[in-house]
Amino acid sequence: VVWSMLGNRQFCSYKMATKTQNFCRNEYNLTGLCNRSSCPLANSQYATVREEKGRCYLYMKTIERAAFPRRLWERVLLSKNYEKALEEIDENLIYWPRFIRHKCKQRFTKITQYLIRIRKLTLKRQRKLVPLRRKIERRENRREEKALIAAQLDNAIEKELLERLKQDTYGDIYNFPIHAFDKALQQQDAESESESEAEREEDDDDDDEDVDRREFVEAEDSELSDFEDMDKLETSSEEEQEAEEEVEKKASHSKSKGKTPLKGPARRKRPHIEIEYEEETEPSTKTKAA
Amino acid sequence: AGDGSGLVPGDGTDPPAPERVLFPPTFNVSEIKNKQRRHFMFLRWKQQQRKEKLALKKKRRKEREALGDKAPPKAIPKTIENQRVYDETTVDPNDEEVAFDEATDEFAPYFNRQTVPKILITTSDRPRGRTVRFCEQLATVIPNSHVYYRRGLALKRIIPQCIARDFTDLIVINEDRKIPNGLVLSHLPDGPTAHFRMSSVRLRKEIKRKGKEPTEHVPEVILNNFTTRLGHSIGRMFAALFPHDPQFIGRQVATFHNQRDYIFFRFHRYIFKSEKKVGIQELGPRFTLKLRSLQKGTFDSKFGEYEWIHKRREMDTSRRKFHL
Repeated sequence: VVWSMLGNRQFCSYKMATKTQNFCRNEYNLTGLCNRSSCPLANSQYATVREEKGRCYLYMKTIERAAFPRRLWERVLLSKNYEKALEEIDENLIYWPRFIRHKCKQRFTKITQYLIRIRKLTLKRQRKLVPLRRKIERRENRREEKALIAAQLDNAIEKELLERLKQDTYGDIYNFPIHAFDKALQQQDAESESESEAEREEDDDDDDEDVDRREFVEAEDSELSDFEDMDKLETSSEEEQEAEEEVEKKASHSKSKGKTPLKGPARRKRPHIEIEYEEETEPSTKTKAA
Repeated sequence: AGDGSGLVPGDGTDPPAPERVLFPPTFNVSEIKNKQRRHFMFLRWKQQQRKEKLALKKKRRKEREALGDKAPPKAIPKTIENQRVYDETTVDPNDEEVAFDEATDEFAPYFNRQTVPKILITTSDRPRGRTVRFCEQLATVIPNSHVYYRRGLALKRIIPQCIARDFTDLIVINEDRKIPNGLVLSHLPDGPTAHFRMSSVRLRKEIKRKGKEPTEHVPEVILNNFTTRLGHSIGRMFAALFPHDPQFIGRQVATFHNQRDYIFFRFHRYIFKSEKKVGIQELGPRFTLKLRSLQKGTFDSKFGEYEWIHKRREMDTSRRKFHL
């Protein structure tokens, strides 16, 4: 009677219909499907297994108690031992229909399996989900873009690198004539005249005669190699010049751009030819001047 | 008087004549009900404003030129960096206390060249493609680093193993929805742990006009704009990742640039074209970090002692206040 009312024709509030199947939302339902045999409302003798706080209970409903809704479902605690619990189900549901017994045991098995899984997972590291706040995310992204624009990274990096070059952190690797010459000039200006006059005179001569002697110098200098020119200019280094030359050559060769060799001698010819002279005759004085 | 009387400046005091085009003094363009006319009036008003502004600019420029050398210096535009709220923990370069602290903190052995950095890079569980590739690229950028996959190991357990195997730093890249979004940098023998939020990760293939792969040379390190005490300690953390003696032949530089609390990481190859010009070419991955928290000991989320946490309600109140 009940089933003819609820199940097929009229409305059952526990029934959930999907495209392929009907489900039953009733908490005492054994299989979860809406069937004639698994509807707890339509069957007067029914049993389920449910778990509460990790313990499994067997719930039974018999026709004698149909008039007392409060006492309708009888609950039996099942033992924690899997096999024992199965035996308990069997002995409680003895003489009950085969379908209900079988489904109860199946449900009990599934429940114990997922309880085991829960216990295992809680031991492992849990992944904590932190919700993103949309407004905050948007705000941070916008601020990041603006900070990026304000940072002007390329310029900052280039400036920093040039600073480091100026402060000589790179040592001998880079070879820039103007820079070294300017430094030499500054050193000369800074030094007092009481210091070694010979050197001063040499340097001063270089500076003064720069303008005048250009023609002379060029003619004489044409024989020398470019690389040697460049090497002589290294005022900061105190290494052997020969070693220097070789290193410089290698360094300049290793660079893919061949600009510095071209620039160097062309610019250095005028002031440094004097120095060249000195070096050939007295290499030791050159290092002192440096 | 009103917004419309500027059209004929001399007649501001006269009552508005009917034939002149004057806006009556208490007139607001938005009060006209007709949309077309309102729009027309608004455009006219806008033109007027623009003319006035231009006239003002011209006048000022003329005055400036007239004064010549005596002209007052040009006003510096206000930027957020200019207007930054002064942070009392800003490090003064000559500060002795800071120097002393730095000589005795966890990075002292590194800066005294007693230890060589050895870095372990790992991810959170089950990294996806992008994260894996990012880890590999990061490993090429940072010399002496190794990538190991997590496979479900607990951080707390791998830390003692790392210490036993002589690693100096641990980097964990956290992943969310197949992109890396967090970075935990931990200095190992009991060092501080910094937790960052990572954004704008670009892998090598996504960078335009990039060069060849980064070579094995030790890169230089540039740390920009780390001004406060907190920024200083973070800067040292970053510096401690790289070996102390860069190989200049490699011509590579890794930059950590702090701007408004965002740390931008870039990896470039440079070449000095002349004395005043340098060319840089970007290789290597790039990403942005934002500091979330700094912990005193090694990574421990429950019992760790936090030196600094970003608290949004307290710290994000002012647009001109930065902590790094």
